[in-house]
Amino acid sequence: MKKLMIGNEALARGFYEGGIGVVSSYPGTPSTEITEFLSGYRDIYSEWAPNEKVAAEVAFGASLGGKRSVCCMKHVGLNVAADPLFTLSYTGVNAGMVLCVADDPAMHSSQNEQDSRHYAIAAKLPMLEPADSAEAHAFAKASFDLSEQFDTLVLMRICTRIAHSQSIVDMGERADVPDKEYVKTPSKYIMMPAYAKARHPIVEERMAKLAEYAENCPFNRIDAGTDKSLGIITAGTCYQYVKEVFGDKVPVLKLGMVHPLPEKMIRDFAASVDRLVVVEELDGVIESFVKNLGIPVEGKNLFSPIGEYSQAVVAKAFGLPEAAHATPDAVPGRPPMMCAGCPHRGLFYTLSKNKVTVIGDIGCYTLGAVAPLNAVDSVLCMGASVSGLHGFNKARGEASEGKSVAVIGDSTFMHSGVTGLIDIAYNGSNSTVIILDNSITGMTGHQQNPTTGMDIHGDPAGKIDLEALCHAVGIRRVAVVDPYDLAACDKVLKEELAAKEPSVIISRRPCVLLKSVKKNPPEKVNADKCRGCRACMQIGCPAISFKDKKAVIDATLCVGCGVCNQKCAFGAIEA
Amino acid sequence: MKTTSVMIVGVGGQGSLLASRLLGNLLTAEGYDVKVSEVHGMSQRGGSVVTYVKFGEKVYSPIIDLGEADFIVSFEKLEAARYASCLKDGGTVVVNTQQIDPMPVITGAAEYPADALDKLAAGGMHIDAIDALSLAEKAGSARAVNIVLMGRLAKYFGIPEEKWLAAIETTVAPKFVELNKAAFDLGYHA
Repeated sequence: MKKLMIGNEALARGFYEGGIGVVSSYPGTPSTEITEFLSGYRDIYSEWAPNEKVAAEVAFGASLGGKRSVCCMKHVGLNVAADPLFTLSYTGVNAGMVLCVADDPAMHSSQNEQDSRHYAIAAKLPMLEPADSAEAHAFAKASFDLSEQFDTLVLMRICTRIAHSQSIVDMGERADVPDKEYVKTPSKYIMMPAYAKARHPIVEERMAKLAEYAENCPFNRIDAGTDKSLGIITAGTCYQYVKEVFGDKVPVLKLGMVHPLPEKMIRDFAASVDRLVVVEELDGVIESFVKNLGIPVEGKNLFSPIGEYSQAVVAKAFGLPEAAHATPDAVPGRPPMMCAGCPHRGLFYTLSKNKVTVIGDIGCYTLGAVAPLNAVDSVLCMGASVSGLHGFNKARGEASEGKSVAVIGDSTFMHSGVTGLIDIAYNGSNSTVIILDNSITGMTGHQQNPTTGMDIHGDPAGKIDLEALCHAVGIRRVAVVDPYDLAACDKVLKEELAAKEPSVIISRRPCVLLKSVKKNPPEKVNADKCRGCRACMQIGCPAISFKDKKAVIDATLCVGCGVCNQKCAFGAIEA
Repeated sequence: MKTTSVMIVGVGGQGSLLASRLLGNLLTAEGYDVKVSEVHGMSQRGGSVVTYVKFGEKVYSPIIDLGEADFIVSFEKLEAARYASCLKDGGTVVVNTQQIDPMPVITGAAEYPADALDKLAAGGMHIDAIDALSLAEKAGSARAVNIVLMGRLAKYFGIPEEKWLAAIETTVAPKFVELNKAAFDLGYHA
């Protein structure tokens, strides 16, 4: 049956048909939907893990236990999972195991633009890269067999344009794959030096065999072209841009397996064309390989290592004319912002008003950094708010203690914030950590996490008690506040900053986009009472604007949170 | 057969993803090769959102570049102006006349360009502007702006109305089918 699917759904379908038994992942755009779609297959086990390292280890354990397993993450998640990754290369697998990693060229929703192919090279693992949903489906389905045939973890790399582009997939049936026996094999699965030394040569032999396999791998192919004055080597989404520009005119070596690369195939292809160009987003990984073979090749001399490509980018690099187009006037930007009624707003307004230094973290609340709140000083990576604040305070002492906070969401705190809090408690910095508990993983589109009390299916699950956890690691002062109450936020912030010991403030209110959250009727501005002082504008709510020197509230956006109400000294905002 | 390119643009939360899925399902059922490209995540939080739908005998790139769109369906006036350079010579902009102020306008850092659509029309673009918000409210929900605009777009396609209505049935949740059919009808006959 044919169906239009985003790449992430196609991967999920492919893994399902390929006999997956277990999936464990941490959400991260653009990878999240793979696991969400897999969770729809109730005959397999699926879960959200607290972070990518845990997810990869759960998937490893499942493979060891005899079931085909997958874990999925965004590119920066692979940094978190890098520890198990590198040694998984040595142990190999029992049942087939695949790790999906989604890169985000152009950083649609990410903090950097790293190229995950470097991990395949560094960890010595095979990597596949589909170019549309049909390939995502086919590669995923075949990946477990590849994993078992070569006794290796298989990496599946996608990028945003594959993850979130729909194209047509021809679905098949689920394979009936019996579980593998688990046999205790210390020399393979215990990676202490004596055994690991014996495994490293096996890794090298495996890569040599995989390089041979790459020469005949069905995922590497040549699209013949009529004009041999140019030949293009490409992979992934770039293949589509090349074909859009050149159609069947130019021969194309299309790589579905991007590590290891097929040396002979590349040599033969290079010999068949006058000029050889590699088209690849981000780093010149394939180009470097070809150069190291001593073959004249172009690539990053024509293309940028920055951002996403498109057919226009490819056309321009080859000196082809761009399509005629109008150049309209520049218009005001429309940056993303906290939603109307977002519980983070009241807390960030309080931080902004008190002019504290805010070490931020990854989530919707990163948007506390934008105008008019401008409340954030730093955002590095998952969990870095808590540990970063500790370091900041150790460096500056009394110059920053009592004047700085960390802000971190509930899911991010579970991911890697709690370890930083342990450092604060253990090494004693006078730091104040604010956990923004909106009872969900928000930014990636509402996934459950260990603090929500529900599992991936929305069924009841173990629930971490944040207050008890903070107390347990040694934080004595733990306060809870409702971020819709500005006076309470201000009071608790001042109290905890003044305290001469580490403290945690839990700013608790569920995400307003959750279906379970009851919305209040929209607020209205009484124009007779409004003095046009713009105090309500300081909170940066998208539902409030100014018309004819008076505030107006958009009734379609307003959820009646009442935060603006507390800002109005003239009682002009009425429920 | 050439590829037709439709850009759907708007503000995060306006339902452009559902509109692109409706279009994708319709065109797949019609036997075309189809690609639909969405961007999720940060851009959904009230930011500018763009979705590409391309169909034809064989579609390669899911992206629509400058000067390539046969149609731009804009859920908001300012967004039509933002992406107008993507329109092909002789293309059509179907636009909802609703104004949603972006944060720079709300904070007073920028002004909303009131004459944006007039300028596009003066530049020679075919602008088909409708008050989709009022029509959606008439159909029963302000949230149906997306399907009103799909109804308007349908006038330019040679696909019978009943095929669109069938695609609505396969795309939206059963309890919203009648509302969306009504919204489509109002857009189609506007």
